[in-house]
Amino acid sequence: MDFLAPTSWAEALECKAAHPDAVAIAGGTDVMVELNFDHRRPPALLDLNRVPELADWALDDGRVRLGAGVPYVRVISELGHLLPGLAMAARTVGSPQIRNRGTVGGNLGAASPAGDSHPALLAAFASVEIGSVRGTREVPVAEFFTGVKRSVLEPDELISAVLVTPPSGPQQFSKIGTRNAMVIAVSAFGFALHPDTRTVGTGIGSAAPTPRPAPEAAAFLAGELEAAGLWSSRGALPATLATEFGRRVRDAAAPIDDVRGSAAYRSHALSVMARRTATWAWDAYRDENRSAA
Amino acid sequence: MTSTETRMAGRLGDSPLRPDGTLKVTGEFAYSSDLWHDDMVWGVTLRSPHPSARIRAIDLTDALRVPGVSAILTAKDVPGENAVGLEHLDTPALADGVVRYQGEPVALVAADHPETARRAAARIVVDYEVLPAVTDPRTALDPDTPWVHADHDNLVRDLRIRRGDPSPTAPVVVSLDFEVGMQDQAFLGPESGLAVPDGEGGVDLYVATQWLHVDQGQVCRVLGLPPEQVRLTLAGVGGAFGGREDLSMHVHACLLALHTGKPVKMSYARDESFFGHVHRHPAWLRYEFGARETGELVYAKADILFDGGAYASSTPAVVGNGGTLGLGPYRIPNVHVDARGVYTNNPTCGAMRGFGCVQAAFAHEALMDELADRIGMDRVEIRALNGMVEGDLTITGQVVDSAAPVAELIRTVRDLPLPAEPAGERDIRELPGGASNTTHGEGVRRGIGYAVTYKNVGFSEGFDDYSTARVRLEVVGGEPVATVHTAAAEVGQGLITIEQQICRTELGVEQVVVHPKDTTVGSGGSTSASRQTYVTGGAVKAACEAVRASVLRRASEALGRAELRLDGEKIVAAGGEVVASLAEVLTDPVEETVEWRHRPTYPIDPETGQGNAHVQYAFSAHRAVVDVDVELGLVKVVALDTAQDVGRALNPDAVVGQIQGGSAQGMGLALMEEIVVQDGIVKNPSFTDYLIPTILDMPPMQVKVLEYADPHAPYGVRGVGEPPTISSGPAVAAAIRAATGKPLRRVPVRPEHITF
Ligand SMILES: Cc1cc2nc3c(=O)[nH]c(=O)nc-3n(C[C@H](O)[C@H](O)[C@H](O)COP(=O)(O)OP(=O)(O)OC[C@H]3O[C@@H](n4cnc5c(N)ncnc54)[C@H](O)[C@@H]3O)c2cc1C
Repeated sequence: MDFLAPTSWAEALECKAAHPDAVAIAGGTDVMVELNFDHRRPPALLDLNRVPELADWALDDGRVRLGAGVPYVRVISELGHLLPGLAMAARTVGSPQIRNRGTVGGNLGAASPAGDSHPALLAAFASVEIGSVRGTREVPVAEFFTGVKRSVLEPDELISAVLVTPPSGPQQFSKIGTRNAMVIAVSAFGFALHPDTRTVGTGIGSAAPTPRPAPEAAAFLAGELEAAGLWSSRGALPATLATEFGRRVRDAAAPIDDVRGSAAYRSHALSVMARRTATWAWDAYRDENRSAA
Repeated sequence: MTSTETRMAGRLGDSPLRPDGTLKVTGEFAYSSDLWHDDMVWGVTLRSPHPSARIRAIDLTDALRVPGVSAILTAKDVPGENAVGLEHLDTPALADGVVRYQGEPVALVAADHPETARRAAARIVVDYEVLPAVTDPRTALDPDTPWVHADHDNLVRDLRIRRGDPSPTAPVVVSLDFEVGMQDQAFLGPESGLAVPDGEGGVDLYVATQWLHVDQGQVCRVLGLPPEQVRLTLAGVGGAFGGREDLSMHVHACLLALHTGKPVKMSYARDESFFGHVHRHPAWLRYEFGARETGELVYAKADILFDGGAYASSTPAVVGNGGTLGLGPYRIPNVHVDARGVYTNNPTCGAMRGFGCVQAAFAHEALMDELADRIGMDRVEIRALNGMVEGDLTITGQVVDSAAPVAELIRTVRDLPLPAEPAGERDIRELPGGASNTTHGEGVRRGIGYAVTYKNVGFSEGFDDYSTARVRLEVVGGEPVATVHTAAAEVGQGLITIEQQICRTELGVEQVVVHPKDTTVGSGGSTSASRQTYVTGGAVKAACEAVRASVLRRASEALGRAELRLDGEKIVAAGGEVVASLAEVLTDPVEETVEWRHRPTYPIDPETGQGNAHVQYAFSAHRAVVDVDVELGLVKVVALDTAQDVGRALNPDAVVGQIQGGSAQGMGLALMEEIVVQDGIVKNPSFTDYLIPTILDMPPMQVKVLEYADPHAPYGVRGVGEPPTISSGPAVAAAIRAATGKPLRRVPVRPEHITF
């Protein structure tokens, strides 16, 4: 097995173009497991850890540009205010060791339906910045996943960053696991209020072949909030509305039965998480107003 | 393989540091998987993908062509008898014509690199004719169910206990059905070892195990060699919990070593480990209690079915425990118990900490709560009322002839301080779901549950349960040094430290060397059944006494004085005057070897189950406090407090360590630990999906240790390791029932059992 170790983004893209079979490795927390279990025998590994362009985040043209190689531990400690939903999701990933090494770029690269970043990124309307020697493109996260562990990435492409507009309202993330830490999601949900556009962001994890938003449920909730004048009045979120939103989120999922949980439980849990996260976010939105007043 | 030498003071009742403790914490301890020999080759195992199949043919042609392969062996290469097993010799070392569970070893490959060996194994072509698999133990005994073993029906053991009135009645009757899933020992050190051929037809095996001599016997049978030619030494053991009682790679490495003439190392990968050892029996239990309106039990009936899987392993003894101890530590005059273990094509089940009592405790403790509620009695007090006391008879008619403090234990845990009631905003890590942020308090209900248990210590039902100790006292560099040599396996429980503590206490010498555990001394018996401090401790004590007597005899002869005693490192006369130093008397080493037995036990009557089956009982109680998110079915154990009678705590820190670890393991079964088997196929052979509690799942514990010395046991000790694993899980399950109001008749309790 070859080990390619580019030291710049341009070099990394050239390597990938020259060796489209090479498997990128960032934190290695997915790649090394696959190699150890012999699920994968790539002809080459393309190490991205020496590429400085991936290793940081910055505010760029009004958006957060989170380098693909920034580990979870930094998302948690540095980005709680700019990417609150993602930081909450990052806190639930694996163990301290995994959070020290694992990256959002790697989570996207693996494209698992259970990746914990994905619901948060979906809810925040984030985009994935993708590069190759052919150029750079930006793909909304909602269009990034194409199937179980598959994405729009072409063989010569690499993820450079995630682009997210800083939040105009509260975000939440919630994940079900059968123990209280270090667990793959049985199902997960990301929620974001976008008061600037009076929209709602949603993200469903581990309950469909890919992470996916619940656009109908989101539009329904935003519309009801609009109709009741709640965006401006910041009145309480009616319990019935939260429950109905939860139901519609549940209907947007397509879960299966597996060893981690039944489809019925996943659906049920999604409806509860959607109801609770929407309520928490809405309550925080109301609090913001109170503390601003 | 390292001998241990320490100069720490540390007598009985102290808690000296374990010699292996720092090494394990810093990652320097050499486990069996770290063994290395310069010219060694690697062995791997090809396993059956099918739970039931006939092997029509095995084609090795392609595999043998892989460069670097030095041997490929199948059943026909077994020189001796192709049969191993703890109680029945029903398990082939390598499958011979038929496979009976997914993962059964079919062929062995040795190669210069483990990857080469794996690649070669993948090229072995096995022509299987897949057969229908028996996967539901509840129908295993039906007349039209095929036999898993052609020469034997599917019944491994059928135990019945009949006592008192055969058709008793009572004013209050409660009953339930309970189901317990398959738990795994989940030890961290994979099955591993190194077999080194001696060049003269024999072999030395370094291996992580629980009982060197029972392994030796089985390996000899398969190799067709006498014990002198098969020598075993204990390698660093990374946990056992029963999962190393049966053979894993032992015979395989030896076969390859003798065949290639080279040292052979084998070390299972994590996923393979799930197929490399037996598991805790899943069980189906049907219970009925009859009681007076005042709460006294009048009768109990139980029907218990254990799925033994493909081979017998220790199923007969597990059935023995489940039957004889399966009604819990209660006084019950009229008893009707049927306990069975059956063969199926599921994974083989055998020994695991708590051994047959764990499954039963979930049922009898759930039913005790049911009975208390029906009568309107306090759940603690009903246990205190019915709990055994010294002098009571067990359900097999045996007198409990040492402390049986059931009432005190259960009341003690009740009276321990409770965690604060939740108030105000809470850190989400304290809530069900933890950092996963599933609740901020919504849907969370608190529940408290109690459970009490008892467990036999040592081997039962007439087994000749002994241990051997060799103790040598000599002067090295002017100072007396004791060397203690037993074959009793240290698997993490702290036996090495106990052996040193006993020698220091009995002989008064500070420096005690623990000889590597091997088969050049007699059997130490199994490191299981909570028995080593009792039995090997007893043997070391007896050997020390024999050494002391020899030394004093020698001193008497040399000094011409009678009535001498040993005081520290001095020889003291009756009047108290020091007549010599120990070093002066020890011109030559003194060495004594003693085989030591506990009081005999007896087989039970096959018709009535009556008899003095057990040598000692150990009692414990737990109180669990849980917060349950009843909408999502997620559980946070807030407190798990316990009281246990340990007879006498020879090493108080080690006792608490056993209690904490055992409690975590029992809690794991209540909440999450299950090998999921569908149609004979294991669905989760990894730590990704076989979940064990983490530090965020395990609460801090209050541990109350009672010390009611057992007058029949050395130093009054009582086995410690297993009771916590038995009473913790049922207490957690009871607490979840209390929080949710759901019956929850199956463990592990899954979120969907709570929400739907
Ligand atoms: C013990 C353990 C616990 C875990 N727990 C969780 C959990 O709770 N939640 C969760 O979501 N995940 C979990 N994971 C999975 C893993 O940690 C995450 O998916 C993590 O985000 C992967 O990041 P990484 O940098 O380690 O990726 P790597 O392993 O380096 O790569 C993962 C994939 O992404 C590709 N890739 C990496 N970087 C790029 C790039 N810049 N461009 C294109 N492709 C790229 C790689 O080729 C590979 O296919 C766990 C893993 C382990 C071992």
